[in-house]
Amino acid sequence: MAAALNNKEISAVELANQHYEQIAAVDKDVHAFLYLDKEGALAQAKVVDKKRAAGEKLSPLAGVPLALKDVMTQKGVPTTCGSKILEGWKPPYDSTVVSKLKNAGVIILGKTNMDEFAMGSSTENSAYGPTHNPWDLSRIPGGSGGGSSASLAAFEAPLAIGTDTGGSIRQPAAVTGTVGVKPTYGGVSRYGLVAFSSSLDQAGPCARTVLDTALLHQVIAGFDPKDSTSINQAVPDVVAAANKLDIKGMKIGVVKQLAGNGYQKGVENKFNEAVAELVKLGAEIVEVSCPNFEYALAAYYLIAPSECSSNLAKFDSMRFGLRVGDDGTKGAEEVMNLTRQAGFGREVKRRIILGTYALSSGYYDAYYGSAQKVRTLIKQDFDAAFTKCDVLVSPTAPTTAFKIGEKSNDPLAMYLNDIATIPVNMAGIGGMSLPCGLADEDNLPVGFQIMSPAMKDDRMYLVGGALEAALLSKWGKPILDFAPKLVGSK
Amino acid sequence: MSLNYDQAIEKYEPTLGLEVHVELNTKSKMFCGCATEFGAKPNTQTCPVCLGLPGALPVVNKKAIESSILIGLALNCSIAPFSRFARKNYFYPDMPKNFQTSQYDEPICVNGFLDVEVVTDEGMKTFRIEIERVHMEEDTGKSLHVGGSTGRIHGAEYSLLDYNRAGIPLVEIVTKIVPGTGKYAPLVARGYVAALRDILRGLKVSDVKMEQGSLRCDVNLSLSKTGSGELGTRSETKNVNSLRSVERAVTGEVIRQANRLENSERIVQETRHFLEESGETRPGRSKEQAEDYRYFPEPDLVPVVPDAKWIEKLRKSLPEKPTDRRVRLQTAWGVPDKEMAAMVNAELLDTVEETVLLGADPTKARSWWLGEISRVANDKGVLPTELISIKDVAQVIALITSGELTDKLARQVVEGVIAGEGNPSDVINKRGLKVVSDDSQLMKAIEDSIAAQPETAERVRGGNIPAAGALIGAVMKATGGQADAVKVRELLLKHLGQ
Repeated sequence: MAAALNNKEISAVELANQHYEQIAAVDKDVHAFLYLDKEGALAQAKVVDKKRAAGEKLSPLAGVPLALKDVMTQKGVPTTCGSKILEGWKPPYDSTVVSKLKNAGVIILGKTNMDEFAMGSSTENSAYGPTHNPWDLSRIPGGSGGGSSASLAAFEAPLAIGTDTGGSIRQPAAVTGTVGVKPTYGGVSRYGLVAFSSSLDQAGPCARTVLDTALLHQVIAGFDPKDSTSINQAVPDVVAAANKLDIKGMKIGVVKQLAGNGYQKGVENKFNEAVAELVKLGAEIVEVSCPNFEYALAAYYLIAPSECSSNLAKFDSMRFGLRVGDDGTKGAEEVMNLTRQAGFGREVKRRIILGTYALSSGYYDAYYGSAQKVRTLIKQDFDAAFTKCDVLVSPTAPTTAFKIGEKSNDPLAMYLNDIATIPVNMAGIGGMSLPCGLADEDNLPVGFQIMSPAMKDDRMYLVGGALEAALLSKWGKPILDFAPKLVGSK
Repeated sequence: MSLNYDQAIEKYEPTLGLEVHVELNTKSKMFCGCATEFGAKPNTQTCPVCLGLPGALPVVNKKAIESSILIGLALNCSIAPFSRFARKNYFYPDMPKNFQTSQYDEPICVNGFLDVEVVTDEGMKTFRIEIERVHMEEDTGKSLHVGGSTGRIHGAEYSLLDYNRAGIPLVEIVTKIVPGTGKYAPLVARGYVAALRDILRGLKVSDVKMEQGSLRCDVNLSLSKTGSGELGTRSETKNVNSLRSVERAVTGEVIRQANRLENSERIVQETRHFLEESGETRPGRSKEQAEDYRYFPEPDLVPVVPDAKWIEKLRKSLPEKPTDRRVRLQTAWGVPDKEMAAMVNAELLDTVEETVLLGADPTKARSWWLGEISRVANDKGVLPTELISIKDVAQVIALITSGELTDKLARQVVEGVIAGEGNPSDVINKRGLKVVSDDSQLMKAIEDSIAAQPETAERVRGGNIPAAGALIGAVMKATGGQADAVKVRELLLKHLGQ
C-alpha cells in the first residue's frame, strides 16, 4: 500500500475511501468500529496527497489508513474506552501516539471497539456491544483490543493501534490471524492512553504482516518527556530486523510452563510445527523453565485491579463524561455514586472492588505487597532465561477463538486466556504474536508468541520476520486468504 | 467552674505536633507546566494533567524537588537517596483525580530539627523542635459553596470549582511530638511557625504569606495530667492562618481540653476548625475511625533519586541561618537580649536591618520602628511597613543624625508621611519643618530670652547650669520647636560664659 501510494498509483484519499467502503460493507457484521472520523481522515489524506504532489519527503507510512483503539485520546474525536461513563467525551488533546501518527501522515479512520477500559479478553465487556471475529462471526475476536485486530482481519484497515496490559494486543492478534506487538514497557509513550493499570499498560502496533507492524512501531515509539516512565534511549531498528530474515545460530527458548494442561491440542501442534520451522532456519532450540510464571495470573489480578481502582476514581462526573442524577436535589457525593453505578459495567466494577480491597489497610501487604514480590520473581525468571537464549517463545493463547457468550459468566475461565501473555507485562519486556497456522480441530488461527528482553524489541521482529516468511512459503498464501469471505466484502 | 489558661496549664501538660503546609513559589505546578500565579481567573491555569483528564500523566517539577531538598537541608534533615510518590486515594469534588499524589512512607527528607527561641520568665530559652519528615505533594482545587448562610457545603444551593490551585506544589513539614513546653506551648508553636517562615523566606522557596494560604499550619495538641507521663488523645486544628492564630489556637485548645478532662469528658480524636473571631475551635471530621487512604506507590512516576553532588551543591548554596543572623546582628548593633527579642517578636528584624543597610543608626532605626511607627500601626491594625516605607524612615533618621531634624520635628514628619502627605522632603517643605540652624537667628532668640529672664541668666552665669533649662525652653518656644535643643544649649551656655 505504501509503495502504491509512493508510486502515485493511488492517492491517500482514494485509499481512505476504499477502506470506508469496506467498513460500510462489513462492519455491521463485525462491529470493529465505535466511531468513524471520515471528515477528519479525508482532510488529513488530502494534506498528505498535496505534500506528495509537491514532492515533499514523506514518512514511509504517509497516507496509509489506521484504526485507533478507543482508549487513546485524539483531539476532538469521541473517546469512550468502551464505557458508558465516557459517552460523548471529546478529549481536548492528542495522545503522544496520535501526535506521532499525525506527524507521519498516517490517516486515522476511526476508533475501534474494546472491552470496557481494556478489561477483558473477548470485547464482550464493551458497553457498546461485542465485536465479532471475521473468521467466524459467532466467535470472539479476542480482547481487549478485539476491535483493532478484527478491523485488520476484515480488511477494514491495514494498520491498527492496540494497548496491552495483560495480552490485549497479542491475544486478539492470535485469534484473528494478525500480528500484534507489545513493545518494551516505556518504549511507547502512555501519554493520552487512558490508564487501566499504569505499571502494565503499553500501547503497540498491529498489522497483517511483521514488516508493517515494524514500520508502525518505528513511527509511534520513542522517548516522551510527558511520560515519566518512557525510556530515554534510541528505539531499536525494528524495521531492519523485520527485513533481515536470517536467524542462523540464534538461541530460542521454549518456556516449559507455557504448554500442556489447558492448551488446546491444535494450538500446541501448530506451535510445535512453527518451532520446527525455526530449527530449519538454523536456530537452536533450548527448553527453559520459568517456575514463577505459575503465580503470574494471580499476581496480575491483584496489581491490575489495584491500580485500576485508583485510576478509575477520576470518572466522577465532575469535569467530563456521564453525569447521572444531577437534578438539583442531590449532593456531589450522591451524583458521583449514581454516575459510577450507571456508567461502569460489571467487569469494571468487579475489578474496582477487588482492587479497593487489595489496597485496604491490613490487606495491602498480603495482597498488593505479595503481588509485587511475585512480579520481581517473574522478572528474575526472565533474566535467567535470557542468559540462555536470545528470545523466548510460546503459544500466545491456550485456545483459538471461543464462542461469544461461552465464558462471559465465568470470569476465571476468561482470565485463564491470558496465562501466556501476562508474564511479559509483569516483567515489562517485549512480546509479539504472529499467526502460525490454523488449528486442525476448528480451522481457526493460532498465535505464536515471541518474547524479547527489555529494549531488545528488534529481536522479536527478527525472529518473527523470518518465521513469517518461512510459513508463507509453506502455505503459498497469507493466512488471511484462508478466512471465509465476509458478506459484502470487496 | 471552668479553668482559665493558667489553671489549665497548672494541672495539665500539653504535647504539641505541628504540620505546616507550604506552597512552593515555583513558576509551574508540581506535575505539569501550568502557571501558579495567585488570584488568576478561575480555571484559567489548568491543563489535561492538573484537571486529571483521562490519559494525562504527571511529570515531576525538578524545581520543586530542589526547593524541597533546600528546605530539608535548612532544617538539618537527611536527604533520602531514594524517595517515591504515592497515591492517597479518597473522593472529593475539588480533587481532580480523586487521589492526591503525595509522598507517604518514602519522603524526601527525614529527621531534622529547628531551634526556636522563646522569651520566658527566665529570659530567652531555646526549644529544639524535632522534624520527622519533609515531603512533597500537590494541592487540591478550591470549592466555593454558593447559597445557604454559612458558605459551608451543608445548606449550599450549588458549588463552584476552581482548579487553578490543583497541582500547585506543596511541601509538608511534620514535627515529631513536642513535649515539655509547659505553659510556653502557645509561644513555642508560634515561634516555630515564625522561625520556619523566616527560613523559608530566606531560602526564597515560597511566598510564605499565611493570609493567602501559602503557609498553613495544622496544630495537633493533647494534654496529659502533669507528671503522669501519659500521652492524651489529640485534636488536630486545621489551617490556622496567622502566627497570632497559631498561638491562640494552642491556648484555646489547652483550655477546651482541660475543661473537658476536668468534667471527666472524653477528648475526641478529630479535626477542628479555628474560629478567628473567638479564638476557639469547632469540631470538624472525626478521626476516630482512621480513614483508609489505600496508599500505594504512584506507578506513573519514577522514584526521586537526587544526585549526591547536587545535594552538596545545594547545601553550599544555603543562606545564613536566621538564628546565626540574629546573633551576628545583635553583636554588630550592640543590642541587649530583651530588645533583640522584642524586635524578633514584633517581626521587625528584617525591616530594621534594611533600614540600617540604608545608612541609618541601628539604635534609632530600632526605636523608630518599634516605638512610634509600631504604635500607630497597632492602632490602625496594619503592618508598620504598610504605613511608611523603609526608605522614608531611613531618610528621616539621616536628617536627625545630620541635625536637620529634631526628634520632635521628625515625629511630625513621620506623621505627615503616614497621613499621605508625600515623602519626608515633601512633608518638611509643606509643613515648613526645618531645624533653625542659622546661628544669628538663634542668637537673637537667646538674647531675647535672657532679656526676658535676667535673674535666671544671672544664676546660670553664677554656675547654676540646670537653671539654663528655663532659658532653653523659652528659645525653643520662640522658634516654634524648630531649633536643635542641643545646639541652643551649647550657644546659650557659651554666651553666658559657661
